[in-house]
Amino acid sequence: MNRIKELFATDSKKLIVFITAGFPNKDSTKNLVLEAIKGGADMIEIGIPFSDPQADGPVIQEANEIALKNGITLLEIFEQVKEIRKETDVPIALMGYYNPILRMGTKDFIKKCNDAEIDGVILPDLPLDESVEFCNNLKNKNISPILLVAPNTSEKRIKKISKLAGDLIYAVSILGITGNDLSSKNNLKNYLAKVKDNSETPFMVGFGISTNDDVNWFNSFSDGAVVGSAVIKKVLKDTKKGVVENFVKNLKK
Amino acid sequence: MDNLVKKYNMPDKYGHFEEFGGKYVPETLIPALDELEQEYLKSKKDKNFQKEFFNLLKHYGGRPTPLYLAKNISEELGFNVWLKREDLNHTGAHKINNALGQILLAHRMGKKRIIAETGAGQHGVATAAAAAKFGLECIVYMGEEDIERQKLNVFKINLMGAKVIPVTSGSKTLKDATNEAIRDWVTNVEDTFYIIGSSVGPHPYPMLVRDFQSVIGTETKKQFTDMTNKKLPDRLIACVGGGSNALGLFYPFIDDDVKIVGVEAAGKGIDTNQHAATLTKGEFGVLHGAASMLLQSMDGQIALPYSLSAGLDYPGIGPEHSYLQKTKRVEYSSATDDEALEAFKWLSEKEGIIPALETAHAVAYLKNKNNNIKKNEHVILNLSGRGDKDINTIAKELGIEL
Repeated sequence: MNRIKELFATDSKKLIVFITAGFPNKDSTKNLVLEAIKGGADMIEIGIPFSDPQADGPVIQEANEIALKNGITLLEIFEQVKEIRKETDVPIALMGYYNPILRMGTKDFIKKCNDAEIDGVILPDLPLDESVEFCNNLKNKNISPILLVAPNTSEKRIKKISKLAGDLIYAVSILGITGNDLSSKNNLKNYLAKVKDNSETPFMVGFGISTNDDVNWFNSFSDGAVVGSAVIKKVLKDTKKGVVENFVKNLKK
Repeated sequence: MDNLVKKYNMPDKYGHFEEFGGKYVPETLIPALDELEQEYLKSKKDKNFQKEFFNLLKHYGGRPTPLYLAKNISEELGFNVWLKREDLNHTGAHKINNALGQILLAHRMGKKRIIAETGAGQHGVATAAAAAKFGLECIVYMGEEDIERQKLNVFKINLMGAKVIPVTSGSKTLKDATNEAIRDWVTNVEDTFYIIGSSVGPHPYPMLVRDFQSVIGTETKKQFTDMTNKKLPDRLIACVGGGSNALGLFYPFIDDDVKIVGVEAAGKGIDTNQHAATLTKGEFGVLHGAASMLLQSMDGQIALPYSLSAGLDYPGIGPEHSYLQKTKRVEYSSATDDEALEAFKWLSEKEGIIPALETAHAVAYLKNKNNNIKKNEHVILNLSGRGDKDINTIAKELGIEL
């Protein structure tokens, strides 16, 4: 069983924390991930920086730009994950855009994920129809393809997407990009109920979740809540040791 | 719209041109793309839609545009150069053909808000005009660097009641304006129609932009035969950025025995790292919703393209062009900034026609002896736009203060 499947087999509510690799310094990844875990993160998403992050708002865009200026590469991210793996068994998913993976070669990418003991892959610009072969190749290596659904995804399509994903799906909370404001709680409730009713897998929710209240509220309707931009925003303001750990502790309360 | 094309049948129903094309977008946009595709396929068969579209092209856009035998340059070159005068369209370029087609779709779909990306500003101007005509709110994303290069077009867009939003991320050009337009669309997908300006982006855009622009080639074919009593020209030439003016001319000839050439921007030279010659130097990748050839680094980061012309300054290219290159149906060549500038001056002096800087890249192809254009050949060049917008850039290059 892979770590993601194992984690979501339990009933507890999960906090998933997103960290951009190579940000704010090239070698910051490991420390920030370990801080987030110390603070109580149940799972980590590591962002692969991309020059044109179309699903991301200004905060994660800025982190991407800084990371790329630092010269981080996908190969180095795999090395960083290997180092992190030596110290923790918390599930780790990579989140990124399809082009750098295509450039590496999808087979090579999956092999390297396997070698680095990566548990899941999230690619917001690789939707269902384009991803069947890629998802199946990941699953053959026991890596979870974490496909996304959105508030305007039909019930039928949620079923299809979750079936292909197999272990976990990612429900985007809003029509929009990372870091946007959340929509009304009523709309959200209906949407989350629709996902719950139609998904064949557990689901986590992300985009715009920034406070302890948000995390608790979402987790009363979902299996996990992802916090990304809010963490990156803290680091943009203050790179001192412990900032991420304390922030995550507060989210988890 | 495409009744001249019988054998060639691309894209497939998933929007693929073999490995190129497709829909590589966030899940949020999938329902919008499906809805657009359905509406478009319905409209294509709807006589009323077609009638309305062609009426607009004629009475608002100013079609048909002339096919003009440029005698002075023909004499100098030793072959016949025919210019398809898209520069004479309303708003100054072929862009209006597509903007009118898409705004009709938006209107049918009841969308109240229009967004667009623009590089040189020609698509922004065309969209602003179309939106003004239909009384729709219009927002145009434009890179900060392009705003500086194309002040005149920014002013025109504003005059027509649209709003230009400067984009300051990345290279501050067309690529980044497109990112920002996609982000807007993801956020406002319910009431917003995204009018993409070239044959790029996720399916069905490359197909529908091509189809709307194919009026260029359809007209050309008839005009050429009427004037020469010949069935077909020998060669077609067009500049290629995203590639919509080129596909518009090429598509109705795709099954015919005609040599077809696309000319990319070689900037300061294809052996430098300052060019926008995507097909000549790019690698397979995914950007802005489609798989195509792309200028990118070894790590798959998108490269910063360069061209003196803002309209060709794009690291990708329409997926159909990648396919047409792969199948060798179309030959792709390139022209540098210097060659384009020289061609710009040459056409202005010889024929009294000031071309857009983008178009000047295609004009430069005529002058290159390596292209082996035979004596008395009939060559049709898509004069995709007029050069008014480039006057400041050209003056600066020539060291003249206006």
